[in-house]
Amino acid sequence: MLLVPCPWCGPRDEVEFSYGGQAEVAYPRDPAALSDEEWARYVFFRDNPRGRFRERWVHTHGCRRWFDVTRDTVTHEVHVRRD
Amino acid sequence: MSGDHPDFLWRTHDPKRSYEVVIVGGGGHGLATAYYLAREHGITDVAVLEKGWLAGGNVTRNTTIIRSNYLWDESAAIYEHSLKLWEGLAEELDYDLLFDQRGVLNLAHTLPDVRAGVRRVNANRLNGIDAEWLEPDAVAEVCPILNMSPSARYTVLGATFQQRGGIARHENVAWGYARAADALGVDLVQGCEVTGIEVDRERAVAVETTRGRIAAGRIALVAAGHSSVLAGLAGVELPIRSHPLQALVSELYEQVLDTVVMSNAVHVYVSQAHKGELVMGAGIDPYVSYAQRGSFHVIERQLAAALELFPIFAQARVLRTWAGIVDVSPDASPIVGPTPVDGLYVNCGWGTGGFKATPGSGWALAWTLAHGEPHELNAPFGLERFATGALIDEHGAAAVAH
Repeated sequence: MLLVPCPWCGPRDEVEFSYGGQAEVAYPRDPAALSDEEWARYVFFRDNPRGRFRERWVHTHGCRRWFDVTRDTVTHEVHVRRD
Repeated sequence: MSGDHPDFLWRTHDPKRSYEVVIVGGGGHGLATAYYLAREHGITDVAVLEKGWLAGGNVTRNTTIIRSNYLWDESAAIYEHSLKLWEGLAEELDYDLLFDQRGVLNLAHTLPDVRAGVRRVNANRLNGIDAEWLEPDAVAEVCPILNMSPSARYTVLGATFQQRGGIARHENVAWGYARAADALGVDLVQGCEVTGIEVDRERAVAVETTRGRIAAGRIALVAAGHSSVLAGLAGVELPIRSHPLQALVSELYEQVLDTVVMSNAVHVYVSQAHKGELVMGAGIDPYVSYAQRGSFHVIERQLAAALELFPIFAQARVLRTWAGIVDVSPDASPIVGPTPVDGLYVNCGWGTGGFKATPGSGWALAWTLAHGEPHELNAPFGLERFATGALIDEHGAAAVAH
């Protein structure tokens, strides 16, 4: 069970959250200009690192807000960004 | 070790400086690939490189379910080819695999489940795969311990049934392939982690390992959950996400369940091993992970569903839980074939259901490595399908929630 740090509600049990996958994946500026390969890259390809990973979570059963965390995919340690 | 069982089933090798084919990953699919390369194509200058020990990964972490009742023609062809290989495998490898065609039920709990199930049975039959649609009375006959009460939390409205499906003892499968590949001259190298892939003018020519550089005519990455990491060493990106998939066994009980029961809707699949333990699998944990462990609530929900379906399991005790890291692809279908780097091939994306495909996957990849191009069985499962859009969406038949 992960303890997920909601920036607004504090650390809460994983069951309160839904997972959103890789963070900072921008929608293409001009989708119609993309080649099939570029579109495939946007739709299907995501980073899958062994180690630190920026990812999205949403506090579904809490404040319902989205946020990013950095989590280590080997140790599951969550690093909260201070900025 | 018991009396007539040999101490070692295969020789231990130091790696040579070069091979015609290097297979990275000493799990079921990698070992099967090596075996079929040697057996079907006479290519024996082959090494299987395994960073840990043979069969230490997903091949011995799965719930051993074997079936071929997938929806689409492409999947039906490769999974059915695999099932046909299973049917002669123990004899071919001269090794007892405890392969047992006890039948596989896929339960339907809702009207959409029923429609999808009936559709899949019809599709299977058109592809020459044995499949039946069972109404609730017939389901109860096949599996009397199922809770068939109309007021059950998960009402059983029917099920698909594949009699030729079943289970096998997974470590025996890996060991059987390993022993046979070794006997044909393949080098099985354990404790040898690949740390780099040397690419020269867009062609993969060697792997760097913890035991030195090994040149290779062709390199196949067969590493399930670690496929992205390995392919990344050659600059190849894969549309794969690695997730924990959890399973558990109970203590040993008398035989109460002589078939395999799966429920897509409630994410539980159960069989009882020959020794007597109940073997159950869950859905994947939602987050990306390489940790070989998952969250407890996933197991808790899986067991809650299992108890609703099988009230007599309430008295059973969990002996052990664990996770494997599965390589989930966007369409729940595998990726088997060449990559943009010449001489570099992948076999990954089997996700939550790779065990059943072990023989067919190894057979098809071996053919591909021998001929330098995909066999018609795995041609539809190329990396290019994500750009062409020719996806093979098997989320319905994959049976595990993604």
